[in-house]
Amino acid sequence: MSLRIEVDPIKCEAHGQCAELLPERITLDEWGYPLIDDAPIPASLAGLARRTVRACPTLALRLRHVLHESAADVGSERL
Amino acid sequence: MSLPRVLLGAGAGTMDHATHRRVHGELPPAARRSRNGRPVPLLAELSHAGLRGRGGGAFPLAAKLEAVQRANGRPVVVINGTEGEPMSVKDRMLLEALPHLVLDGAYCLADALGAQDIVIALDQSMGEGHAAVRRAVRERPEAGRRTGQPRIISVPTGYVTGHETAIVNFVNRGIARPMTQPPRISDRGIGRRPTLMSNAETLAHVALIARHGAEWFRTLGPPDEPGSALVTLSGGVRAPGVYEIEYGSRFDALVRAAGGLSEPVRAFLFGGYAGTWIDAAGAAPVKLARGGLSPLGASLGAGVIVALPRSACPVAEVTRVAGWMSDQSASQCGPCVNGLASIADTLADLAEGRGGRDAFTDILRWSDLVIGRGACAHPDGAAAFVTSALRVFSTEFDDHALNGPCDACARRPVLITPRQRSVVA
Repeated sequence: MSLRIEVDPIKCEAHGQCAELLPERITLDEWGYPLIDDAPIPASLAGLARRTVRACPTLALRLRHVLHESAADVGSERL
Repeated sequence: MSLPRVLLGAGAGTMDHATHRRVHGELPPAARRSRNGRPVPLLAELSHAGLRGRGGGAFPLAAKLEAVQRANGRPVVVINGTEGEPMSVKDRMLLEALPHLVLDGAYCLADALGAQDIVIALDQSMGEGHAAVRRAVRERPEAGRRTGQPRIISVPTGYVTGHETAIVNFVNRGIARPMTQPPRISDRGIGRRPTLMSNAETLAHVALIARHGAEWFRTLGPPDEPGSALVTLSGGVRAPGVYEIEYGSRFDALVRAAGGLSEPVRAFLFGGYAGTWIDAAGAAPVKLARGGLSPLGASLGAGVIVALPRSACPVAEVTRVAGWMSDQSASQCGPCVNGLASIADTLADLAEGRGGRDAFTDILRWSDLVIGRGACAHPDGAAAFVTSALRVFSTEFDDHALNGPCDACARRPVLITPRQRSVVA
């Protein structure tokens, strides 16, 4: 099981804090919207990822637990 | 039985219920359907049939049905007859001419799923369709007997207003804009209940499978994409219109059925405004099936093919449609709003001969940047349309970038861009 970070593109208003908090997985496009690396988040980054999700002013981010590589989601965290 | 299947008996005007039953036979009650003498439930039959959705996504109907059955609560069945694709008229035609086939499909799916409520979503501009569907519902023997009579919903006109999450959003909250998934509408849709939404044509095929069975359905088309499909063929052909094709048949056979080309053609647009351009030079032997089209990066989408005549200007056509697709964004997702506008503006500059040195690379970069970054696939579709156009019409685009508008730029458009209406009722 692995952890990934996802954005709800409707809620996102390009505040850009996520890219500052989690540059390991998130960069911004030329309009300021997040480009998210879909690679699993290692345990060492999990705490930071949770903080990033909580810090989003529009609550547009969430963490998702993905089972194996089949992308079958077994639940998500809205922190 | 070969073709036509769906279009059997179609003529001028609306087929009434008595004629419909004479042409297609009675819809067998759930218990009497059988294969090899054994009763087979409709849902198992549909799973065996391998029917895919005809609204553009080609999603297997069986997977949708399973998802709705797994979900908690009494399901709602929705007929999606909105047809937001401007160059497609097959669902409109089906609902106006053969509404009972579509209703048969929805009613028997509702029975099989234990659904009481049926919603019929139509584009608000479909005046004839509304009248034909209302009349057809009243003609049904179920009229007055069913506790929940179908509810006809008039959805604002638009490219994304007919997206399944936009229809759910519109019915629930009056806002015809797509929503982020999950939750899937199969889990939580109309009235927060599990919702099975299918394109009108898909339900017409359901009605035929309920009568003739999965084996019959699979006698046409390749095993991974069985059956027939409606295609709206327009542009430079002698007899533009809606045709029923067998999946896997050759494209030139369809063109022959439409009386052949009416003038020399430069390229074909497959799949509508979220689709792909294919150079006319290699198009004749293309097989109209996923297996034939996906190697070309194309699909039939909602069954749309447009022949762009050589007399038209592809740069003007593509630029106008790209601008319209940008306007059709529901204005919810940043990458779609900004990306499609940047692409459209830069294309317009190119067409006028005002494009900068980096115009082409900018457009390709933005097209790549918007893919998968909207709540719906609108940006993906618009990007596919534009990138395939730049590939197929590179000579014409280069010429416009250098010399500005050509003589054909001002010709009457082949690709229509209906005046935009509000996406909110």
